[in-house]
Order: sequence, then C-alpha cells, then structure tokens
Amino acid sequence: MVLKAFFPTCCASADSGLLVGRWVPEQSCAVVLAVVHFPFIPIQVKQLLAQVQQDSQVGVAVLGTWCHCRQEPEESLGRFLEGLAAVFPHEPWLRLCRERGGTFWSCEATRRQAPSAPGEDQVTLIFYDQRQVLLSQLHPPAVPPDCQVGADPTSTGGLAAVFHTVSRSEALFRSDRFDEGPVRLSHWQSEGVEASILAELAKRASGPVCLLLASLLSLVSTVGACRVFKLWPLSFLGSKLSTCEQLRHRLEHLRLIFSMKKAENPVQLMRKANTVASVLLDVTLGLLLLSWLHGRSRIGHLADALVPVADYIHLMSPFVEHILWHVGLSACLGLTVALSLLSDIVALLTFHIYCFYVYGARLYRLKIHGLSSLWRLFRGKKWNALRRRVDSCSYDLDQLFIGTLLFTILLFLLPTTALYYLVFTLLRLLMVTVQGLIHLLVDLINSLPLYSLGLRLCRPYRLAAGVKFRVLEHEAGRPLRLLMQINPLPYSRVVHTYRLPSCGCHPQHSWGSLCRRLFSGELIYPWRQRSDRQD
Amino acid sequence: MEDERSFSDICGGRLALQRRYYSPSCREFCLSCPRLSLRSLTAVTCTVWLAAYGLFSLCENSMILSAAIFITLVGLLGYLHFVKIDQETLLIIDSLGIQMTSSYASGKESTTFIEMGKVKDIVINEAIYMQKVIYYLCILLQDPAEPHGISQVVPVFQSAKPRLDCLIEIYRSCQEILAQQKATSTNP
Repeated sequence: MVLKAFFPTCCASADSGLLVGRWVPEQSCAVVLAVVHFPFIPIQVKQLLAQVQQDSQVGVAVLGTWCHCRQEPEESLGRFLEGLAAVFPHEPWLRLCRERGGTFWSCEATRRQAPSAPGEDQVTLIFYDQRQVLLSQLHPPAVPPDCQVGADPTSTGGLAAVFHTVSRSEALFRSDRFDEGPVRLSHWQSEGVEASILAELAKRASGPVCLLLASLLSLVSTVGACRVFKLWPLSFLGSKLSTCEQLRHRLEHLRLIFSMKKAENPVQLMRKANTVASVLLDVTLGLLLLSWLHGRSRIGHLADALVPVADYIHLMSPFVEHILWHVGLSACLGLTVALSLLSDIVALLTFHIYCFYVYGARLYRLKIHGLSSLWRLFRGKKWNALRRRVDSCSYDLDQLFIGTLLFTILLFLLPTTALYYLVFTLLRLLMVTVQGLIHLLVDLINSLPLYSLGLRLCRPYRLAAGVKFRVLEHEAGRPLRLLMQINPLPYSRVVHTYRLPSCGCHPQHSWGSLCRRLFSGELIYPWRQRSDRQD
Repeated sequence: MEDERSFSDICGGRLALQRRYYSPSCREFCLSCPRLSLRSLTAVTCTVWLAAYGLFSLCENSMILSAAIFITLVGLLGYLHFVKIDQETLLIIDSLGIQMTSSYASGKESTTFIEMGKVKDIVINEAIYMQKVIYYLCILLQDPAEPHGISQVVPVFQSAKPRLDCLIEIYRSCQEILAQQKATSTNP
C-alpha cells in the first residue's frame, strides 16, 4: 500500500530534527504532529512523549527524521540520522529531506523487519494546515457524541483518524519556543501560544454573573409554576395565547444560556452560542422597533388609523393609544414577544369572525349531512353504521314521502347557507393566513442559527463537510505532494444541522385534506401549536 | 505527463478532455464544457428588453425599464455563478480517494471527495434521458452494513455529459488504478 505522510505546513521551514506523530497501521498513514530539534536528550524526548500519550490517549511516537539543510546531507549527518533509528525504534522509519530554498522534497520509508516486500515503500506527502485541522469539526461526526471519550475512530475512516489525532494532541502544542523546557518543538503554536485577554476576563466574570442570573431565573420560573396559574381560567388562557408560549420558550432559552453546567460536546456548545445570538438579535430588533414607534408621535398616527377598526367594540376606542404604547413597551423583551402579542390582539379583535365562522360551518355541515342521508333514502339505500358501508334498505311509503319533502326543502335552502359559509370561511382563512405569517416570522427568529451562519461566513474551516486535495508541483522520481484543505459545509446544511428547536407550528393538513374538510364543512384549525398536538 | 483530446457531448457540442498522469497512483481528468455563446446571450437580453419596452409603452412607467436592466444583470450573474459549469475534473489518487470538482464560469469551485474505503467500483451505466439512451460514468459506494450491497450511485461529469468514446478512455484509466488499489489491499 502507498504510505501516506501527513506533514504540517508550519513545519516545512523548520530546522532539522526528529518527526513526532502517530502511525495508523490500518490505513498505512503517518500523521506528523511536530518536529523535535537538535540538540536533545533521548530520555527527555521519551518522557515528553509518554506524558503526552497519557494526557491525550493518542499513541504519539517518534516516526523518523527531518532534514532541512543547504545541500545534500553529509556522510556524518547521514550516519547520525541512521543511529537515531536505533535509539527510537519504529516501523516504518521515515526520512524526509528538503533542500533549503528548494521546492522538491525526498521521502523514504524503510522497514527493518520487512517479511516479503522490498526495503522501501512508495510515499505520498500530504501537507495540512495544523491550526485549521485542529479547530475544525467534521460533519457528520465520525464518533457519535454519546460515544466514549477514549474511543478510537480509525475504523470509521482514514481522514477522520487524522482529524481526531490532531485535535486530541493539544498537550503537545502547549509549549512554544520561548519556553525553556528540555525539548525544543516546532508546531503551529511554536511562535507563541494563542490566547485572548477578553476571553480570559469573560471566563472569570461569567461564573458569578451566571450564578446570579440563574438564581433570578429560577425565582421567576417558581413564581410562574405556582398553583394560581394552574386553575382553570388562567391555564386555559395560558395555553391558547401565543405570547405566553413565546415567553415560556424564551425563559427556557435564558435558563440554558445561564446554566452553571459547562457544555459537554461541540453540538451543545453551538446550541448555547446560537441561543445567545438569537436572544441578542431578538432584543436588538425589539429595541429598534421601540425607538421607531416612540419617536415622532407615530403611536398617535397609528391610533388614529386604527380607531374605525376598533370601533366595533365601542368601549375600546379611548384605550387604543394606551394599548399600542404598552405593546410597544413589550418589545423590550424582544421582537418575538411583540409579534406574538400582535398576533394575540389580532385573534382577540377578530373573535367575532371566528364565532360566525363556527356558526356558519356547523349549520352547513348539518345541512350537508342531512342532504347526503336523504339522498341515500331517495335512492333506496341506507348507511350501515355497524359495517361502515352503504346498504340497500326498503322504506315505507310515508317514510319516503316525508324524506323526499325534507330533501327538497334542504336542497333549496342550500345556496343561502352555502353562501354564508363561503363568506365566513374566506374571512376566517384571511385571518388565519395573517396569524400564520406572524407566527412564521417568530419561528424564523427563534430557530435561525445565527452563530453557526456567522462562523461559516467568517471562519469556514471550523465547519467542515470534508476535505479537498490539490496536487502540488511534481517532478518525476520524487514523491507525489498533495495539499489537503478543508471543504466547508454548505449554508443549507449548516441551517439544517444547527436549527434551534422552535415552537413548531406546522400546517397540520396537506392541501388535499384541507380542501376536503372545507367542502364537507368540518372546522379547521390549520396552525396547530406543538403542545396542542400532544393533547 | 499531459495530453489533450477533443470529444463531443450528447448534444453534439465540443468537449476537450485533458489527462494528467502525475504518478502511477495519481491521475486527473479534466473535461471543459462549451463556453457561453454570445448569440444566446444577445438573444435573451434582446427578448427581455423588448418585452420591458412593450410594457413601458403600455404603462408609461420608467421603473419598468430600470427593473428590466437590473433583472438582466442579476440574472446573468446568477447564471454564471450558480448554473454555468465551465470545467469538470476527476482526480483519482490510489489509497486516498476520488475527488470531483466543478468550476463555474464565475470562478466558484465546488468539490466532493470520496474516500477509497467507501468506493466499491467505477462503472459505465446506461440511462434513458428524454428520448435518448445515454451512457454515464458513475462511482458505486459500498454499504457498510452489507459487504456485497451498494449504498449509493454517484454520477460523474453530470453537466459535461460526454459520449461513450470519452467515457471508455476515462474508465480504462480509472480501472487501472482501482486494480492496483485492490491488489495492495488484499496483500498488505
């Protein structure tokens, strides 16, 4: 099999030394993690590797030698490098060599105890960006998140093993060249370990802040869960009003953000970050709406426009302005709360349309039911409720006479009832559409994973769908050199994978079943909340 | 080693196949599709603008003309960035995998890489496409649960759509590498 050597691009200009990394025998692949420079004491190198192996559960070992020199290596250096193979026994032993300023590399792999194959394997060099591979996450993940921490994913795929090796070997990358340790390493952080003052300060401050806010939120939820709200009128209102549902949803989100538990795996961390971004966007948009509404007496203009609409409830017309002012104030809690409040107000104001729709629908349904039953009588048939089918039946003459009379009456009254039903149903459908659009907007703000989308835009290597290879300049007789880059996840998959769970109001019926229900006069509630579906 | 030959696609347009042999275990096949023709571009633009001018003479609203220009520009940019594929490349590396790249006319590149462990075989398949019977090259992926089953069929060169003679060349080269791969995987 062709031997694949994964070499970090940051070490391509490093001085000569030993190659340290992991050998995966199943894929015949060597992942180089760092270069140990001369001079070193072999005992100390072995101690460091043992410590890294203990910390990270990754089998790190010395894989071979790296030679970066001005011209061809001299005899003495060559024999010195051969001697190292005896000090650090490893099968196969890699010898990478590069001329200073040259573009072409030479790479050999030798096996001392090769049973049948000749002493040298064919080697392919694959360059990878260590920092990007360290920070990226593969989608779909090679190891399922509920698997053991020390589980080995080599059986799932060769490239997943490379990613796993690099990401678990953080212990090796902790020292930089300014440290005065016994062993000098070259890796992506050897120019200086990355850290951010703001991140450290935020970490220190987050402990007490989270504790305070978590206790406040638990206080709020205990108040909300008290027995008063479980009594009949309030519990019924609470389940029907979408504002209460939205407030409950947001409270849950805030409790997730300020919980004292650390996120266990990357998926949970992303969910927390997405929730924070969603809440921030919500509050920002709400404050924008608030400032727009309260500036330049817009509320006065809106109230004047709405007075004829609200006039049917004569009691309400003096209060329209106050209502609008309070609705605007609720936008501090978030745009979604203001929109849910708007949807609830629309529902309450159009309650009369709903009532008339129910009357019209029930009358129409009764009429259709009666007509179909009498039509069967007209033809001499009957509905068998036990067998759930239509059977023939012999009716008496007086039954037939009364039946035909009633049938005629119902038939001639049908156009009037049908027209009333049509008008009220159209108005109701209009209201349902308006409410549905508002709910869709609320759902969008609730479930859009903004942090993940921002990450995909600014740091595309963090969310990886896979890898891509590019063949670098090639010369016959030299090993093949490839550059491995991260292939980022497409935006649609980012949204699909990291969508936050929302209130979940989906249309309950398909178009066909909706039309059938409308035709037969059954009551329709097209947008069902998730809690209603469980009832 | 590099060479270039000219073939035709199923509609009769000219395709150029570039073959690069980097090493005995790494080969690349690059198919260039026919470019966007000036004639069709002019025809579409003229139709859209004539329709807009007709609407303008009915409505006397100059917004229609600016909207038509905007739509033409946005439509052309969208077509070049999302629809028009200039080149399709197949890179096959022994014991690593197979990579397919599509380059769009605006320079965007979309890449898919399939690891060699998942590849079962590369075959030429027949399909009925409208009123024609066409041949296409596809990669068969292994089903991890069932060793003799196929989990997915991935077609290659979907927008270039070369004819059988071109496909046979590519098929032979790929089978040489896959045979090498199978030989080394059975004798470790």
